[in-house]
Amino acid sequence: MELIEQFKDLEKNRHKYAKEWKEKNKGKIMGYFCTYVPEEILYAGGILPVRILGSHEPQDVTEPHIFAMFCPFCRDCLAQGLKNRYEYLDGLMIAQSCLHIRQTYTSWIKHRPVEFEKFLCMPHKVQSRHSYEFLTEEYKVFKKEIENWIEKKITDKDLKNAIEVYNENRRLMKKLYELRKKDNPPITGEEVMEIVIAMQMTDKTEHNKMLKDLLRKLENHTPSREVGSRLMILGSEDDDTVFMNMVENCGATFVIDDHCTGSRYFWNEVKNGKDPLAAIAARYIDRIPCPSKDWEERKRIPHILQMCKDWKVDGVIIMQQKFCDPHELDFVAIQKALKAAGIPTLFLEFDVTVPVGQFKIRVEAFLEMIGEEDLF
Amino acid sequence: MEQEAKYPTEKLKCWDEAKQIRMKYYKDYAEAHDKGGLRWAGGAWTFDAIPAGLGDDLYPITSEPYGATLAFDKELSLECMEAAEKAGYPRDLCSYMRNYWGSIIIDKYPFGYDEKGEFKPRFQGVKALGFPKPDFIWQDHICCSHAKWYQVVSDLEGKIPMFSVDNAVGPFNELTDSKIKYVVEQLKDGIKFLEKVTKRDYNDELLYKAIKNHFISTSTWAEICNLNKAIPAPLDEKSIYSLYVLGTLQKAGKQVADFYEKSLLPEVNERVKKGIAAVPNEKFRVMSDTQPPWSFLSIFRYLEKFGCVSIGSLYTFGLIGQWEVKKDGTWGAKTIPDVEFSNRDQALYEYVKYELHKPEWQHFYSCHLKSDMMIRIAKEWKLNGVMLHYNRGCEGLTLGIAENRLALLDAGFPVMAFEGNNADEREFDEARTKAKINAFMETLGAK
Repeated sequence: MELIEQFKDLEKNRHKYAKEWKEKNKGKIMGYFCTYVPEEILYAGGILPVRILGSHEPQDVTEPHIFAMFCPFCRDCLAQGLKNRYEYLDGLMIAQSCLHIRQTYTSWIKHRPVEFEKFLCMPHKVQSRHSYEFLTEEYKVFKKEIENWIEKKITDKDLKNAIEVYNENRRLMKKLYELRKKDNPPITGEEVMEIVIAMQMTDKTEHNKMLKDLLRKLENHTPSREVGSRLMILGSEDDDTVFMNMVENCGATFVIDDHCTGSRYFWNEVKNGKDPLAAIAARYIDRIPCPSKDWEERKRIPHILQMCKDWKVDGVIIMQQKFCDPHELDFVAIQKALKAAGIPTLFLEFDVTVPVGQFKIRVEAFLEMIGEEDLF
Repeated sequence: MEQEAKYPTEKLKCWDEAKQIRMKYYKDYAEAHDKGGLRWAGGAWTFDAIPAGLGDDLYPITSEPYGATLAFDKELSLECMEAAEKAGYPRDLCSYMRNYWGSIIIDKYPFGYDEKGEFKPRFQGVKALGFPKPDFIWQDHICCSHAKWYQVVSDLEGKIPMFSVDNAVGPFNELTDSKIKYVVEQLKDGIKFLEKVTKRDYNDELLYKAIKNHFISTSTWAEICNLNKAIPAPLDEKSIYSLYVLGTLQKAGKQVADFYEKSLLPEVNERVKKGIAAVPNEKFRVMSDTQPPWSFLSIFRYLEKFGCVSIGSLYTFGLIGQWEVKKDGTWGAKTIPDVEFSNRDQALYEYVKYELHKPEWQHFYSCHLKSDMMIRIAKEWKLNGVMLHYNRGCEGLTLGIAENRLALLDAGFPVMAFEGNNADEREFDEARTKAKINAFMETLGAK
């Protein structure tokens, strides 16, 4: 589809896009790790937030910096920095989440220093009522640091405008996801993944415009491809479009996901509030949690089960980055809950590159198993 | 390779006392219900002065030392690991945690009673007791695994009431009132939780005593480690493991504070005065990092054959010990706050402010802070080299270890890295590690 190609183009040419944006807007670019970074504050300051992702290429530059049993994603991300692929970044930041990606951040700022660096202390206990006030205070400090850096005051009006742009983006994405509930979804999981990845590295105003165009086209679009089994994919960070493509060519369609490169990134909006920083903080506290913050209660499980029901899911592929502890600590409980709900699962461990041939055999077997009920 | 003794040596006089405190701890936990008391479970870093306010009959079991205790019992550990794997948990997860979960799954506690009714470790031939289920969980969270560990414990044991405190509020040099308050407010919520689940009234006086014990244990432990700057070192790391562990069991416990302050510190002071060495042929001094492979502590004895003493590590010094920079610029024991507690809020504020300076919490925010502390130790404890354990069993403490290696090398300290696992013996190659030690000792000049 032509409009998807635009998103794809942004994803494939992310560095070109960022450099051109910088040239055109004379603005600063902030590379960030982890979707707990409050992009709204950056956007309000005229900064373009760009999520750092890997390139899915085997590499040999991170071994001296990161212990080999840390996840392949964090090593792939650091490799991008060490190979100078993000040399246009003015700043680099992370919001506290998992340890592995934090290692990427700390290694990067030492070996590829930037003008502005920030470890933002995002609380872990998002289920504590005290986390709201704490994060708001952290944001106040962060906003001041940003203002000092860009030598410009960020007003409440700037923040509210940024919130509106981001909320619109989230609403549009949810509309797109709603279309996937159709018996014949007008868009594949791979295509949606391209859109979300592009979303994490593009000016949201621009992304909104593209999304609106796409949604208009999709309203009356009925794809000719066979839908097959309706799948959900969930787990760690996942921008592996090659895998998505392979599965969707085996007689299946991903109709929903629970990823930080998917629905978890945009699912909830910033609600109106007197204090925009407190409102933004509440959004990040209340969002669908990463497993690293999903305690004491596991709140993600009922959300996953509800998604399975609403998007009429036949089966779930649980993927996870090798060595990703937070997800490893949850998937047994998730599998158990899905099994109790009668939903079959396939567990796959991802590395920087995936063994497509071997995974294909396992996916085909899984799809056959799901399809058995129709056969007999 | 064997070298002549240069210094006098003798066994620590308080050694047996340390061993007894540890055994009594596991016995008290197992027998808590028989005495009408309560059992609770939580991490070695948890704010253990808080449950102390519920009475003198609360008995904890801390997760990491328990995982290490299991690891030392190789046969039982393997059984635990395999049970956890069979239940679906990946084998790259924290090995203490997998031991702990396995112990619940197979329902075996690594202790039991002999025919005379004496409480003993299972590996001494007694039948293992069943795992004593805790009445509640009181945990902290700074590492990805901490609170999640006990989610699984609660799953396995059938919903144990659980409260975890998020103490990951940033490095010591960026502490603010807001950060301290966030932790304090959680502790206050935690106290309400504890009152509810135990149906007991909270006693602030007991809390104050426990916090004071905590200050004494952690500051005194640092003072003891500081004495190891002496040449010859009065303590070697293998012995230190058996001593620091008391702080990981119950740092707010009176028995631990008293042992460090009244038994161990005076004795180590005496050893320094008399020049009593832990390793009589001391010629080279190194430090290690992260938890050792518990089933293979013999590698530390192997070092001694070269005249090499491992004087400790940031891990053994800073996991429990609290430190500060003294006027002369060197590291020394943190000064105990000179305050009288008059109310709960004030006591909790002082407790949290003090505790957030823990050296072993700082690398969770930046490995470079850890490198600075390691280089400081290497200089002030006059080291010849460093042995880094790339520990597959604990990602929390290996966070940044590769950067630490680079920083130590840049600072001029030779580094030997070896890969292993603190509590999963299947991931440690003893022969290969000894071969690495041979080569490392050669580079340090050992003959």
